[in-house]
Amino acid sequence: MLSSTLILGLVLGGSYALVAVGMTLQYGIARIMNLAYGEFIILAAFATYLLFGSLGISPIVALLIIPVIAFGLGVALFQVMMRPLVTRAGGSGRLEVDSILATFGLLFVLQGVMLLAFGGNYTSYGFLDQGVNVLGTTLAANRLLAFALSIGLAGGLFALLQFSRWGLALRAVALAPGSAALVGLNMRRIAALGFGLGTALAAAGGVTVSMFQTFSAHDGVLFTMKALVIVIMGGVGNVLGALVSGLLLGLMETAVARWVDPGLTLAATYILFLAVLLWRPEGLFGKAAGR
Amino acid sequence: MSILDISGVTKRFGGLAAVSDLSFSVKHGEIVALLGPNGSGKTTMINMISGALVPSNGQIRFQGDDIAGRAPDRIARAGIARTFQLVRILPSLSLIENVVVPAAFGRRRLWGDEALRHAASCLDRVGLKARCDLRAADLTYIDQKRLELARALSAEPQLLLLDEWLAGLNPAELQEGIALIRSLTHDGISILMVEHIMEAVRALCPRTVVMAAGRKIADGPTADVLSQPEVIAAYLGEAAHA
Amino acid sequence: MRQLLPFYALLGLAGLAPLWLGDYGAGLLLGMTSAAILATAWAMFSGPTRYVSLATVAFYGIGAYVVAALAESQPWPVVLLAAAGCGGLVALVVGLSTLRLAGIYFVIFSFGLAELIRQLLTWYEVNVTGTLGRYIFTEFQPRDLLWQLLVLLAVTLTLSVWIHRSRLGLALRVIGDDETVAAHAGINLARSKLTLFVISSVLISLTGAIQSPRWVYIEPSIVFNPTVSFTAVIMALLGGANRIWGPILGAVPLYLAFEFLSAHFPDHFSILLGLLFILVVFALPNGVLAALERLRLRKGAGV
Repeated sequence: MLSSTLILGLVLGGSYALVAVGMTLQYGIARIMNLAYGEFIILAAFATYLLFGSLGISPIVALLIIPVIAFGLGVALFQVMMRPLVTRAGGSGRLEVDSILATFGLLFVLQGVMLLAFGGNYTSYGFLDQGVNVLGTTLAANRLLAFALSIGLAGGLFALLQFSRWGLALRAVALAPGSAALVGLNMRRIAALGFGLGTALAAAGGVTVSMFQTFSAHDGVLFTMKALVIVIMGGVGNVLGALVSGLLLGLMETAVARWVDPGLTLAATYILFLAVLLWRPEGLFGKAAGR
Repeated sequence: MSILDISGVTKRFGGLAAVSDLSFSVKHGEIVALLGPNGSGKTTMINMISGALVPSNGQIRFQGDDIAGRAPDRIARAGIARTFQLVRILPSLSLIENVVVPAAFGRRRLWGDEALRHAASCLDRVGLKARCDLRAADLTYIDQKRLELARALSAEPQLLLLDEWLAGLNPAELQEGIALIRSLTHDGISILMVEHIMEAVRALCPRTVVMAAGRKIADGPTADVLSQPEVIAAYLGEAAHA
Repeated sequence: MRQLLPFYALLGLAGLAPLWLGDYGAGLLLGMTSAAILATAWAMFSGPTRYVSLATVAFYGIGAYVVAALAESQPWPVVLLAAAGCGGLVALVVGLSTLRLAGIYFVIFSFGLAELIRQLLTWYEVNVTGTLGRYIFTEFQPRDLLWQLLVLLAVTLTLSVWIHRSRLGLALRVIGDDETVAAHAGINLARSKLTLFVISSVLISLTGAIQSPRWVYIEPSIVFNPTVSFTAVIMALLGGANRIWGPILGAVPLYLAFEFLSAHFPDHFSILLGLLFILVVFALPNGVLAALERLRLRKGAGV
């Protein structure tokens, strides 16, 4: 029981981690609090479903295609929709409020489009659903694959941010947006890049989630909510913090669903969120980000 | 009898001590300069007195009460007012509203006509009364500084903290500013001022405390302190390079 | 308060309207009144502080559920008091845990609050009471509810004017401009924000309570519909969240527009709503009233 909960929890947490890393990049680098973030996850899930169902393209291949398209979409969205808000705010706190409002509107638009196209019912597709034995627990192969892909992607990104020149630039902006421009970084390009990267990660998360979970057009808000909680837990802009917190949240949700009630997982997420707010509002790993 | 007693105050950010084991006091009605090179911890000290930062260690006694770590609004109501290094006005409020605020939430909790009269007299003192209905955002930099001082005065503080309030003024404005601060001491307000302009320090402050790298390196009559070799090395040496 | 007298008279007239409008008209007027209260109550807190609350429907739904639970056993005034109390209590808990922190924490918390309460209620109904839905039977005609809502709107506006002129109103405007300055001027940030958030939430809960008999049958997904939060924000923004009359000015035309859109384009409603919202954020960030004022100023300067 314990080991199976642990494994299922880690698998779920892997997807959460991937998704939360994307959001922490968007907020940390582009300074956009994106309330429509979860809609991009669900859009990618539907896209995977379409590619697989009608064209027979494997979700693994979709994982190569969809995030690339999402990256372009994210950059375009930033340039068209967010850029004017950034310019208008001129570095003041107003950007936060404006971006929350604008993406709140976007949430309704995207959700409406998906409801129109796919209806409100739960969707899923059968992909690699034979069982695999992992340490005595039988696990669907798709879950295992999704986990490996999520951790691979998120870990790879973390390494990229940590060890590449390009990653250094992104981290500099996340830590000190005011002074990054002083050392010759092109803030406009980096912000768009960060936003696009976040969107791509949301899409990657959507593809992997769709491999093992049912989803509906209404689910975006839930994903956004969970990603937000993970980002706060990990410390805003802290990629490693988001990774660890995502895994933690997955574990906790699975445990609550197993031992308490599956209907109370969001409540558990909220209790965790409250605990973090009251105990360490700067995030569980907040100090590490500051150094 | 001192109004402010700082003893053994330390502030650490992560592993770095911005202020370490600092002690000094300000007497009733005294005007003291707090000097030091950039990054020596002056503003951090001001922030701890006003409650913006919580000291890691030590005591800050104001009129006998230890206020270290109290919320800034409680400290403000206790009778300490401040200005900010980078001027902070309330841009969407009118000048008179800016100045009414500390009166309305201060010890006397003035409101209505009484608060308006009080605020107008504070604006008058800094020479802004004629423009009291203007929006604060429309003021020039210098006038914003004036407004900030009027706002601090409106709280009727016993202790006023000025963080480089004279910075950025032209020579004529500087003379005006010095006269203005001097007039405050006649009302019995004690002042602790962080200042880089030596001319102002010499003119206004009989006593000076000098910090370097978070520590106190000198404390005494201004002329004596400014001629001490370690002060010249730490502070004026840097200025000579600049 | 003299400036409100014509408005009270107008509300009185609206109260007479059901005599010749019939039930459909009364229903429309009722919905509009409720929208006006929600937008005004939202703006009361979020306008000056710029803490965007996305939790309007959480309190609205709480009000409705209190009615569903108590309406049969308790007299109506007791039911309303309980609704106000529950809404206020939840607001107190939410506010105490988030309003000490930066605004973003509050927004995030409010974003998921309605969903959280909806899930908890669903869980409770399924596991404890055993049924998902509840019926609300009262003897109220639409016009009775309209009258109650009109009174609530009058109360809301009076409060709004009073707060605007009070110390609390000034405190919130200062907080909206610069929290650091506010604290250093002696303003207790957490208490000021909390007070207003609770007042605003109580008004919203009462609106939900009074309007709930219109549904007859309710379940969590009906009364915790996120569209309510969404429309309250957009109405207040359109008119101007920092003006006393702004939210009402936004609520009346938008309510009619939404009625029309949801009747004629039910499938596209959410898309249209979202687009309209984005348009308002981009084109009229401070609301119609502020835009008109600027236009007038510019014209005045040109002459």
